[in-house]
Amino acid sequence: MASAILSLTSASIATSRPLLDNLKVNSKFGSSSQTTFLGKDYIKTKSFTRTNMTVAVEVSRFNDITMAPPDPILGVSEAFKADDHEMKLNLGVGAYRTEDLQPYVLNVVKKAENLMLERGDNKEYLPIEGLAAFNKVTAELLFGADNAVIQEQRVATVQGLSGTGSLRLAAALIERYFPGSKVLISSPTWGNHKNIFNDAGVPWSEYRYYDPKTVGLDFDGMIADIKAAPEGTFVLLHGCAHNPTGIDPTPEQWERIADVIQEKSHIPFFDVAYQGFASGSLDKDASSVRLFAARGMELLIAQSYSKNLGLYAERIGAINVVCSSSEVAKRVKSQLKRIARPMYSNPPIHGARIVANVVGNSDLFNEWKEEMELMAGRIMSVRKKLYDSLSAKDNSGKDWSFILKQIGMFSFTGLNKAQTENMTSKWHVYMTKDGRISLAGLSSAKCEYLADAIIDSFHNVS
Amino acid sequence: MHGVNVSQSSSSPADRRLSALVRHLEGHSMDSANHSIAAAPTSGSTGARISVFDHVVRAPEDPILGVILTHLPCSLCVRLSFLNFPVVVTVAYNKDPSPAKLNLGVGAYRTEEGKPLVLNVVRRAEQMLVNDSSRVKEYLPIVGLADFNKLSAKLILGADRLVYLHGTSPAIQENRVTTVQCLSGTGSLRVGAEFLARHYHQHTIYIPLPTWGNHTKVFGLAGLSVKTYRYYDPATRGLNFEGLLEDLRSAPSGAIVLLHACAHNPTGVDPTTHQWEQIRQLMRSKALLPFFDSAYQGFASGNLDADAESVRMFVRDGGECLVAQSFAKNMGLYGERVGALSIVCRTADVAGRVESQLKLVIRPMYSNPPIHGASIVSTILKDRTMFQEWTIELKAMADRIISMRQQLFDALRGRGTPGDWSHIIKQIGMFTFTGLNSEQVAFMRKEYHIYMTSDGRISMAGLSSRTVPHLADAIHAAVTRVA
Repeated sequence: MASAILSLTSASIATSRPLLDNLKVNSKFGSSSQTTFLGKDYIKTKSFTRTNMTVAVEVSRFNDITMAPPDPILGVSEAFKADDHEMKLNLGVGAYRTEDLQPYVLNVVKKAENLMLERGDNKEYLPIEGLAAFNKVTAELLFGADNAVIQEQRVATVQGLSGTGSLRLAAALIERYFPGSKVLISSPTWGNHKNIFNDAGVPWSEYRYYDPKTVGLDFDGMIADIKAAPEGTFVLLHGCAHNPTGIDPTPEQWERIADVIQEKSHIPFFDVAYQGFASGSLDKDASSVRLFAARGMELLIAQSYSKNLGLYAERIGAINVVCSSSEVAKRVKSQLKRIARPMYSNPPIHGARIVANVVGNSDLFNEWKEEMELMAGRIMSVRKKLYDSLSAKDNSGKDWSFILKQIGMFSFTGLNKAQTENMTSKWHVYMTKDGRISLAGLSSAKCEYLADAIIDSFHNVS
Repeated sequence: MHGVNVSQSSSSPADRRLSALVRHLEGHSMDSANHSIAAAPTSGSTGARISVFDHVVRAPEDPILGVILTHLPCSLCVRLSFLNFPVVVTVAYNKDPSPAKLNLGVGAYRTEEGKPLVLNVVRRAEQMLVNDSSRVKEYLPIVGLADFNKLSAKLILGADRLVYLHGTSPAIQENRVTTVQCLSGTGSLRVGAEFLARHYHQHTIYIPLPTWGNHTKVFGLAGLSVKTYRYYDPATRGLNFEGLLEDLRSAPSGAIVLLHACAHNPTGVDPTTHQWEQIRQLMRSKALLPFFDSAYQGFASGNLDADAESVRMFVRDGGECLVAQSFAKNMGLYGERVGALSIVCRTADVAGRVESQLKLVIRPMYSNPPIHGASIVSTILKDRTMFQEWTIELKAMADRIISMRQQLFDALRGRGTPGDWSHIIKQIGMFTFTGLNSEQVAFMRKEYHIYMTSDGRISMAGLSSRTVPHLADAIHAAVTRVA
């Protein structure tokens, strides 16, 4: 099994120490025994009524395990918490904050939860594929309810554990049914993508994406690399609001990307974590996915409701596989279920119900759209403020307009590792080492401070 | 059986991809200017494109198959192994129009009225959570809700006398336990198994025969190889203790052994305290690594401590073990997917390193666990009054099941049904392994509209005082009329 092979080659194999051979084990019932090893008494005995508890080994079986490094993204928040400095700023993880830098639970979510409680819904197991009502609305939200793929029932939709879990189901499907096929991921991409494919046993390589010279999209490089990949490669695309760069292809560029993917019979694999959150419009943010679907292509799409519905901790998302026929979609869905069952049996119900209630109720849905526009709006205004502060304070003539051109929660500042370390050590601004800042964690009030920090790090640190 | 592995077909992967691609290329225009849907899939005719997923077969466990099954003659049904899947049983049950039908395949608690139950204390906890305006939905840490982890560990490892979680296991006091929130029992087993496959020197796990249907797949996909040890003795409808000891004795040193902490699923047969002690000694003498599956703490006997005793026995001797905990049944939180994996290590330092590696398993699987169910559990466990209420509601569920056992036993005795039915009251937990064979099971379905898995397992939770007589009649008829 691929996963087993991967485990054996990637893990530092803790081979059994000779200690076990040297142990003298006396398991005689009712007697106490002692043997020395390295000068220590290591057979413990304890009297418990007439039973002696003897333990065979002193040293842990897990003794050779090394301490793993903290997660590069989630570890940032941990470091931030440990810092007492009054000006500290957490621009690490992509979680939305209000202007007061508080976490935000959407009003529609609170309303939905109250509705659910009033109804007294039970807590029975969901089917392996998740809540049917959720699966229906999530696919409709992505494609539009009147889209051909929905009408023709060509989408296999399975509820997953937010974006990560949905990506993992898809990766496992690729490993099982497309053995040897690679996934092409953008350079850079969300830090966890490679971990997901590694653990699923799917090989990956990168396509050029970010151009540090322009702080924009290396479109020619992207096209060239997608073209150069062996036919039938899975191409991982960010539906909107590319993470970490915030740089999205234009509609014309999307068409060209679709052309190349079709030419090479590649399979598009979308990661849609920000639908509605990027531009403020659910439909606009889904246009790249819909463009591909409209061409009759088969594609995979992982969805997350962490950001756009603020349901981070509820772990709600879905994997959608658009197939050429409804019959194929049924088969694909059944195999996705076979992957989910030995992983967690069936997905959690709470977040799914919230989404189904919000999206399925026209009043709540409209309210949601308004709240989403507010959230996206705040981020856009903070971008503008940061840009204005940088332009006003920086005398070097550097063009900071990339901040305005980028979209979504994140901005790729172009700061290198040493410079980002300066941001943290000198300015107590927490961000990821790739130079990514989460604008969702920035308030208007702190824009000037951040501008100072960026200018200092950029010009005075190399 | 791991299930159909499609990748092991006759052609090589490259060949299959190539032929899929050839079909692709022949199927549509290469003209990049042509944006229209070439060979529209809607046509459904010869012009339709072949799917890249064409080689994906339908999985056999799909519940839709259950519908097909009900149209097959029963004699054929009986021979099909997938009638042993509860979900298939339920689908067949749903299609049955008889008012007397009884679903004893369900693995979830039902009230005397046959309804699902949400515990009052759970409702109250939920109300508190929803009403608390200071609560947010920020990502949990990768290892989950800290309070929940601490309280779950205390619940299972506890102390010799659990008086509202007073007194703590030395293992916890010494910080030798790492506990991570996972997706109920399944998720805890999977994360633990993945960890062992990467970091433990022995990659074989021994599971009892029989065991919960999903165990083999969970361990297999995690990268462990699965062997079995004898467990159930059909002759006595009890434990094959000698067989168990023999098989564990011949296991290689250091092998992992799966143990059901209480209320063995599917048999309901548990070792006695004395037998547990012998198992413990044998395992420790061979450095076999215990991996407990604790899905019924408090639900089996009605007593949280008694149901945890097997685990605590192992922890008391200072050795290492893994425990997968589920709150699906004992808190009725099935769909919320709440559970925890605890790894009891020799030292605090090892526990810290182990925890860091568990995070590397979890992050690429689902990043961090869901908050809702864990918050409910945490709310209840940390409040003295709510905890007490919980123990009362839990005992009520366990007592109802025990009462069903007694009623069924009495009903069979009253009818003079041939055979020794005492196993019904000796077995413990939600399930009873009746000892009925698959022909008898099929007969009961056909003639009495009673649905159970073909291995003869019935869920006592699906019974009520009202329906016990019907079941007893059915068993009586099956035993006297079908071989």
